[in-house]
Amino acid sequence: MDCCGGGTVLLYSCSGAADVGCIADRVTRILSKEKVGRMTCLAGVGARLSGFIASAQGADRNIVIDGCPVACAQKGLEAVGVTAEVYNLANYGCKKGETPVNEELIEEIALRIKDDILNYQSMSARIAEDEGSGGCSCSSC
Amino acid sequence: MKKFEILGTGCPKCNMLQNLTEQAAKELGLQYELKKVTDIKQIMNYGVMITPALVVDGQVKVAGKVPTLDEIKKLIQ
Repeated sequence: MDCCGGGTVLLYSCSGAADVGCIADRVTRILSKEKVGRMTCLAGVGARLSGFIASAQGADRNIVIDGCPVACAQKGLEAVGVTAEVYNLANYGCKKGETPVNEELIEEIALRIKDDILNYQSMSARIAEDEGSGGCSCSSC
Repeated sequence: MKKFEILGTGCPKCNMLQNLTEQAAKELGLQYELKKVTDIKQIMNYGVMITPALVVDGQVKVAGKVPTLDEIKKLIQ
């Protein structure tokens, strides 16, 4: 439970029935355990439960781990007006129905997505800093 | 009778949300009862992941921020 501190990051997994849904779920749990953000229930959003929707709308960042290009988690959040930062396992070499669910792969993907999330975070911070200084950071303008 | 619940552990923002909600209700002339919910397990039962949160007649209207007085007026009517 985050109280008043700001910087709230919520994590959602598609947690679908296929192999990639299982991997997405396990990866998201690892990211939550490593405090990249806090995992919350996409099912609550899908059920239109007001607490889950208000939390998504109030969070500073909503991060989605989708298993396949159908992108149910991303679309579930979009359906309630929330734009999420999306990491789709299709972009990490996972093919639906053809990907073995094993610890080695789960840990490897969790590590890669964690790196991407942190890189995106630092890139966003740099952009915000540049915008705050009133111009771009190049030396030619 | 409107039923308001303020979800939060009692931090300054939770108190601010409570005060603004009461002010908004009074300015609108609403009859209401207000309850503070500070128990984390009860808060989680609403699906709320960030506090403070405002619940109006069982519906979570906002979480993780304190709206303005005018915004609260719209939320509680």
